[in-house]
Amino acid sequence: MDMKVQKAKLGLKEKYRLMTRDLGWTPSYQPHEKLYPYAAYEGIVIHDWDKWEDPFRLTMDAYWKYQAEKDRKFYAIIDAHAQNNGHLNITDARYLSALKIFLQAISPGEYCAHKGFARAGREFPGVGTQVACQMQSIDELRHAQTQIHALSSYNRYYDGFHAFIQMRDRMWYNSVPRSFFDDAMTGGPFEFMVAIGFSFEYVLTNLLFVPFMSGAAYNGDMATVTFGFSAQSDEARHMTLGLECIKFILEQDPANLPIVQRWLDKWFWRGLRLLSLVGTMMDYMLPKRVMSWAEAWEIYAEDNGSALFKDLARYGIRPPKGWKDAAKARDHISHQFMLAFYQWSFGTAFHGWIPSEADLDWLSSKYPETFDRHYRPRWDYFKKLADAGTQFRNVGLAKLCQCCQMPCVFTEPDDPTLLCHRERVIDGHRYHFCSDHCREIVEHEPEKYVQAWMPMNQLFQGTSGGGGIENWMRWVNLVDGKDNGDFVGSRDQRNFAAWRGMATSNNGT
Amino acid sequence: MAVVALKPYPLRPVDGIEHYHGDQLVYWSWDHHLMFAAPFITCPSPSTRVVDFLEATIRPLIAADPDADRVDWTCVEWIRDHEPIAIDVGKSFSENGIGHKDLLRFRTPGMNTLCG
Amino acid sequence: MSQVFIVLQSNEETRAIVEAIEQDNPRAKVTRQPAMVRIDAPEHLVIRRTTVEEKTGGAFDLQSLHINLVTLGGHVSEDEDELSLSWNH
Ligand SMILES: [Fe+2]
Ligand SMILES: [Fe+2]
Ligand SMILES: [Zn+2]
Repeated sequence: MDMKVQKAKLGLKEKYRLMTRDLGWTPSYQPHEKLYPYAAYEGIVIHDWDKWEDPFRLTMDAYWKYQAEKDRKFYAIIDAHAQNNGHLNITDARYLSALKIFLQAISPGEYCAHKGFARAGREFPGVGTQVACQMQSIDELRHAQTQIHALSSYNRYYDGFHAFIQMRDRMWYNSVPRSFFDDAMTGGPFEFMVAIGFSFEYVLTNLLFVPFMSGAAYNGDMATVTFGFSAQSDEARHMTLGLECIKFILEQDPANLPIVQRWLDKWFWRGLRLLSLVGTMMDYMLPKRVMSWAEAWEIYAEDNGSALFKDLARYGIRPPKGWKDAAKARDHISHQFMLAFYQWSFGTAFHGWIPSEADLDWLSSKYPETFDRHYRPRWDYFKKLADAGTQFRNVGLAKLCQCCQMPCVFTEPDDPTLLCHRERVIDGHRYHFCSDHCREIVEHEPEKYVQAWMPMNQLFQGTSGGGGIENWMRWVNLVDGKDNGDFVGSRDQRNFAAWRGMATSNNGT
Repeated sequence: MAVVALKPYPLRPVDGIEHYHGDQLVYWSWDHHLMFAAPFITCPSPSTRVVDFLEATIRPLIAADPDADRVDWTCVEWIRDHEPIAIDVGKSFSENGIGHKDLLRFRTPGMNTLCG
Repeated sequence: MSQVFIVLQSNEETRAIVEAIEQDNPRAKVTRQPAMVRIDAPEHLVIRRTTVEEKTGGAFDLQSLHINLVTLGGHVSEDEDELSLSWNH
């Protein structure tokens, strides 16, 4: 049988040329520099923008076709999810904490990426890059929308989802993702591209989306799997854009190398700090787990990341400065964060809990070098206090890092029994950091970071609702006794159990 | 180093002592006692006696640690910015030269029930 | 030697694509995880339009791969007939 399809009239390469390059023009009544005022100030030298090419050679007509198809698939599943009480299919209501963090911390980041790429698409002088950035900008908007839409079906039934917009700006832990994206968006277009397009999309989103979405599937959460994979199908393109841009910048002029290397160092570290939240979600918040954070890190960061940096070595690029410290922290951060969230759960819009014996055993097996030695004794002690009716609540406010704005929960890279303290006086003012790398970022561009709006410091200035914990809760839209606190005894726990009982038996009330 | 920018970009700190209504920020951390996830940020008046603040604020914050009752503020080893310092807890913060946003670490050698 | 990889959603549409990849890349290793399929290969991996078409018995536009793509690693090169992944070292 002759399977030959009729050859398209235009080859992919030719079509790509016609629908990108040939849409550009040379300005005649304004000088080039005025048309692209942000193209040069960062110090990146580009000689020939036409050398940049999208390896997928995706053009707008094909883009719309495939995106429409992705959205059709997405909404078919979301409708089915709503019609069939899909929220009752998740393995356990504890899992909802991961979704709450996702909606509060990650989805607003998608929207920031949308804005950032819209700007990059305007500011880069090359037509191919402009088109690719425009597509990515629309993708990221779609991601924000589909995530909000999918998770709204949980908001109908559970606490903690209702005020993610306000919480994005006001909730203390959300200042971490917020400052991350604010930092990227206030850089020039090249830094933004290296920050989000390369460091975040290429080096780190695999860790965020792939194992987490697979985990969502494993935990019966079809709504999240659907938005996750729908978004992820765009990420492969984003990653490729990021990698192409890096190669293009490095090939254009040798003067670009030190600038790019510094951005890589900075944005790898900032991204890593942001993603330690995901490590916590993976290790603690998925009732059924596909792999540990450490295993995901091994596959997606150590294996794939080292292949990438071996490849970039021919341009003179070395792995990011924080790479070794990141590897050292691999077996610690998820535990450090969950222990923190547990003791601060009165101030979070998701629930914390003490892992069950079975979960602790799983963690021991996944973290043989660290868990029994450093973290399990603390969980055991917390459990002893809770069982005695004296649940441990840490009502002290935390010291935050001036750069990443994380509470300084991290230990010394070479001493897991001691918190890592770093400080520096800049122009007569003292600043604190979580790590050498965060300190170095601030020392390089202090103007940017000394103006950081640090939630804990602001509480003492009296700006966040007017002082006092009740005012603060009202101001962040945190409903005390519902959104916060321990999962055990929460409304989410009770409702889920009752509704699932109704769904699986005839004993409805 | 300085930020690369198109226009002048001055340093504009937002955490200066003038924003704290006469008080000042002081951070605290108990070395090798990791039950408490992060150092504490507090906001005492510079004229408060250090021991009064320790008893009224820090002691309750660390009370859940099994070693907390045995902490004697006159015996702990104090560290500021990676250097040992002497603190006379009977005197005030300003008399001890403890400034805005200083981080005070205290060590209690030989006392470590939970996080060895 | 560095691995390139591609991850696809596991569904009806990708079944034939995964079979085609296995046929055209004897050194590829296929791993199935919840809701997705991961394929690793040393240095190089290729997806050929004609092989997919042999499997499905219908026309296949390589760019439609975007719908079911989850992630990939390696430099991409694509034209109407094949999509390849590789590292340059
Ligand atoms: Fe996205
Ligand atoms: Fe993206
Ligand atoms: Zn930091």
